Parts: sequence; structure tokens; C-alpha cells
Amino acid sequence: MSDIGGNRLQFRDPGRAAAMAEMLERLVREIGRDPVSVMHVCGSHEQAIARFGLRAIFPRQLEVIMGPGCPVCVTDMPEVDEAVALAEDGVRIATYGDMLRVPGTARSLADAQAAGARIDVVYSVTQAAQLAANLDEELVFFASGFETTAVATAALLLSGPPANFSILSAHKYIPPVMEIVAEMPQTRVEGFLAAGHAATITGCAIFERFVERHGIPVVVAGFEPLDILAGLAKLLELIRDRRAEVANMYPRCVRREGNLRAQEVLWKVFRPVGGRWRGIAHVPNGNLRLRDEWSHFDARRRFKIDVSRLWEFAPPSLAQSCICGNIMAGIASPSACTLFGKECVPDNPVGACMVSSEGTCRIWHQYGGQLDLRQS
Amino acid sequence: MSASRIAPDAKVMLKHGAGGRAMRELIQQVFVGDAKAPADGGIGLAAMDDGAALRVGDEWLVMTTDSYVVKPPFFPGGDIGRLAVSGTVNDLSMMGATEIAALTCAVIIEEGFPRADLERIKASISAACAEAGTAIVTGDTKVMGRGEIDGIVLNTAGVAFTRRVVPDCGLALGDQIIVTGTIGDHGLAVMALRHSLELEGELCSDVAPLNGLIRRALEAGGEGVVAMKDPTRGGLASTLHEMAGKSRVGIVLKASRIPVSPSVQATGELLGIDPMHAANEGKAVLGVRPDAAASVLAALRSHPLGRQAEIVGSCVAQRPGFVILDTGFGLRLLVEPEGELLPRIC
Repeated sequence: MSDIGGNRLQFRDPGRAAAMAEMLERLVREIGRDPVSVMHVCGSHEQAIARFGLRAIFPRQLEVIMGPGCPVCVTDMPEVDEAVALAEDGVRIATYGDMLRVPGTARSLADAQAAGARIDVVYSVTQAAQLAANLDEELVFFASGFETTAVATAALLLSGPPANFSILSAHKYIPPVMEIVAEMPQTRVEGFLAAGHAATITGCAIFERFVERHGIPVVVAGFEPLDILAGLAKLLELIRDRRAEVANMYPRCVRREGNLRAQEVLWKVFRPVGGRWRGIAHVPNGNLRLRDEWSHFDARRRFKIDVSRLWEFAPPSLAQSCICGNIMAGIASPSACTLFGKECVPDNPVGACMVSSEGTCRIWHQYGGQLDLRQS
Repeated sequence: MSASRIAPDAKVMLKHGAGGRAMRELIQQVFVGDAKAPADGGIGLAAMDDGAALRVGDEWLVMTTDSYVVKPPFFPGGDIGRLAVSGTVNDLSMMGATEIAALTCAVIIEEGFPRADLERIKASISAACAEAGTAIVTGDTKVMGRGEIDGIVLNTAGVAFTRRVVPDCGLALGDQIIVTGTIGDHGLAVMALRHSLELEGELCSDVAPLNGLIRRALEAGGEGVVAMKDPTRGGLASTLHEMAGKSRVGIVLKASRIPVSPSVQATGELLGIDPMHAANEGKAVLGVRPDAAASVLAALRSHPLGRQAEIVGSCVAQRPGFVILDTGFGLRLLVEPEGELLPRIC
């Protein structure tokens, strides 16, 4: 790296990070409560926090909770069951690798695959459509992801995919679930850190009504260590001043109105419907399903999916002690789970949060958990 | 051992060969069992070190063996032949035995394997032997039917003599940790090729015999070099865990000191693979007493294969068996890779 005038300008600057950590200390002291709890709703935020060891420099009083920010983790069992039932009926399924091991009521797609079902792991919806183009049988893409990924699915349908291709949508929409978390009676959340990449699509104005209704500030933040620290500093400032506002701390990517073209594509193909998020609750408008005009590409209309036959199995007993729901709601942390790191490990996950690379438990496991290394 | 815990229908999985915890457990449970250490104070199977050390007169005979199954057999920076020689030479060197007496080489070939490729691999074996100052003195060749083996498998074994054995468990508080150059090059070069990522850049395996480099470090550091290991499968993270665990110390690593080439860094970010989890085939990790660290570092840097050597961390009393990473922003634990490294989905 070059040294210009002895004053190196770099994106990942530990010196600036240390200064921001001091600012966070000052802000929590000024707020004067212990703890001060804020929530982020994005697996990528948790990844960055864990990977750079940021929790070690957060003030002791600052509690940064990971909310329902992992689309794979909140995919509900009946949604997985639909894919499993289709696969067991001999329909070829393509999906993202993370979705393979998400537990359904009785089985995961990986279990179905081991028993002979044909499942292709793909890296994008485009790759799935290309695969279908080379097949002379039906291919169902089991689609997961928040609005960011849903835009890609929508764009593909608009581009005219092959006739043997259809979508089983488990896409989710983030803004409504923030309302649910804010209204939970046990919630301690005093502010939200919103995901920068999702806001690139939706724009930050989408949070304005939320802020008005709940009196809780929302700060849109990026994913570099300095982005996150700056986002938290802004959030604490708003909490200190009792200002319920939306602040955009990711202006290099996010605009107030968002990406209008992407929104147009998204809503042309999808409509929001209510549905359960695993472990959280029924989320009004939280699920994205294909509009009627696209029913010919909707696997739910093209096939008769019978999931009821999967339900005669009792859920595995270990799953009863899984607290993924509370972890995703921000009420508990993985260290409070009796299965974490013992029966439940990435190789052999019990709960969905241990499956996905964006799941809280998986991230904590990968980066050694939230251990306080400051005294060591 | 704990065989009673293992399900009767348990199968060996790919993760058991990936160099991480799963592999160590399998070896421990199936092969090591209750193996005893050699009576003469030497190093045997139970130590799970890079090789064995047996007393012969006033010297140690060091021996090791390794099989090589890289896919594809040719990759930027080397091939399976160079790998097979380097891997075994390096295992011997990590025990402190840098004068390689001789190697053996066994080859198992799939029916239909191109003869020209075989000759290319042989030429590469000879060149690597010349670099290491040794030779193949005996060997074996088998051919198997199509589909019964994947292309080609090599096995090499090697013997060397030394007056002082360096184990991988000799770390004590205050010891400095040195890596001999950039990390992750081999793993990411092969992975990028295997997944046909067609990435721009100069991703290139670091595969090389290290006995010349290590000889120089030992001449400079003498008794001050107390532990060595080559960070192959499982990468720097697994190697440091093993060294910390066996030596019962904690290791604090400074991320900013760890040499990583820009193309490895970029590819790692893209694939979601930490270069510290990726394999190296031409690098060593040395544990050195504090007063010997400067001279060992200078000696390493005077060798073409050690130009980018760095002191990357030190041994502490806290958290024995763990590796703590100082990211520059904060601290976290560095964990071992669980199994096979896979590029992330999104």
C-alpha cells in the first residue's frame, strides 16, 4: 500500500474505527441507560460485526441485537415442506445451497436428495433458468431472499424464461417485520440499523411512516466496519436527542426514493401477502408471491403440492429445545441456547439459524461467538 | 477411545479429509487409538506430528508419507508431481530434518490417462527433487480400470537425518510466531480453477520444497526455533490451532501483519473464503524464542522463498488452545474450518 505524505488514506482504517468507538462510549454515557438496545435486521451486518471483531470495541452498555435478517432462517417449515413434497414427487428442483439443509416439518431438501430426489444447487435464478432451457422436463426454482434477491427473480420472469421453468417463491419483504418486532411486548429495541443493500432498492423513505408510527429512529448503514460504527453513532445520537427520524448513513448507494426501476420490476411480478416467518410470527405483507398475471410460472398453481402427508411425522425431539425464534426476534442470543455448539453445529444443524451463512448462530459459531476478549 | 459413541452406520465424509477438526478426530479415533510413543523418546503416531522420529545412533531418523489427489492435476504454479515431492520434503523439514536422504514414489493411474501428462508429471517430480537436493530411489506403479480411480494418485515417502528434532508442540509464553510468506495462494488458485471462476489476476500456487529455506532459519536460530508446521489443508487457522492446543498456549495474531497477496485477498472476499482457511504448499509457520526472532526473520528473508516472511503473532497465557485475531478494529476468535471449503452462494 502506498503512503502519501505519511498520511495513509484507506477504506478500512483502524485509527478512525478507534475514534468512533470512543464516540460510541461518550454517546451511551450521555444517554445514561444500561443497556441501550438497538437492532439490525441483516445477516451481512452481523457478518461484518463478527468478522472484524467489532463487538469487542462496542461500549459495554450497548446491546446490538441481530433481528430477523436472514431470509433462509425465516423460511417457514411449510414452505420447505412444499419444496420437499414436490421433490419427492419426482419434480426436479433448483435452489440456493443454503436452502438444502433448512429443516422442514419432517425432512429437509438435503434429506430428500439423499433419498433420491433430484436437486440442483445454483448460484442465481439466471443459472436455474439456463439449466431449465437444457432440460426436457419441468424445473422448479425454490426462490428465497429478501427484496434485493426478489428483484432478480422478477427481472428473470420479465425476460421470458423457458416454458418448463417455474418459481416456488419463499421471498420475504423486510419492512413489515420491523413493525412486528417494534410491537413485540418484550422488545427492548430503541432504534433500528437498516440494511444498506435492501434500502438501495426500497429507498430510505420507506421507513418514514414506520418512524412516525413507532417513535423509533432508523439509520440506514453500509457493511464496512466504519459504515457500521458510523451508523451506530448516528443511531445513538438520535436516541440521545429523542429524535425519531430516518437517517441515511449510506448515501454513496442509497437514495431517498430508492431504485425506482427495480421497484417497478419487483411489484410488476410480486405482490405482498401475509404469512408466517419461522420463529417470529404471522407477518402481514411479509411474503412475496407471484401476481395472478404470472400464475403460469407459479409452481403453486402449476403443480398440486400435497404437503399434508409429510405431517404425520412428529418433529425431532431436539428441535423442541431450539430457540431460533427467540434469537431471530432478538429476545435471546445463541449463547442462551442449550444446543448451540453442542448438538447444533453447522455440519449438523438443528435450527435454521445454524444453516445459513447469514444465520446468527452460524455466524457466532464461525467467529467464536460473542466472547468478551477485552479482559483476556 | 470413544468408539461406542459412533453410530454403527457412520460413513466417512469429505469433511474427514479436509484438514480440520473432523479429520483430526477421525485419525485420532480410528488410527491412533492407543498407539504408544517410541520408547527412545522419539516421535510416533500418537504425536500426530508431520512425521516420525526414531533414534539411530546419535542422530534421529525422520520419516513421513503422504498421498496426493489434487483435482485438476495441473494448476497455475505447479502440478501433482511438484506437489508430491514438496509435500513430503516439507513434512520432513518441519521436523527439523532438512537434509533429505531419499524419497519413494508410488503412482496409481486410471486407464486412459494421457501418457504425455504422465511424462509431464515425471519431469516435474525430477525438477522438484533437484531443487530439494534429493532423489526418488524406489517406486511402484499400478493401473486401475476406468472410473475406479480419478485420473492419478501419487504417494511419496521420505527419510532424512537430523541431530535435533523440532516438534510442533514446543511453544511457550512469549514465543513469536513467524510465517514465511503470503498465505492462501495454493488453496485459492486451485479453488478458482476448480470452480471455473475465470478470474483475472495472478492467482498462483506457492508449491515448493522448503528444506533450503528452513535450513537457513535453523542455522540462524538454533535452539531458539522451538516449533514448526506447514499450513497445508485447513490453512494457517488449523495449523495454529493445532500448535496452540498441543503446546497449551493461546496465540494472538495481528491480522495486519499476516502477508496476503492482493489477488488472494480479492478472490477470498469474492468467494467468501478466508485465506487463513485456505491451503498453502510452500509456506511454514515457525515458533521462535523472543531473542531469536529477529535473526530467524532476517535469515528467512535472505532466501528467495522467504522474502515476505513476517512475525505475525505471539504466545500468551490466556485461552490456551485458542487463536485470538486482532483485526485492527477489535478482537475475535479465529476458528478452524469445519469441513470442505465451499464458495458462498450469495
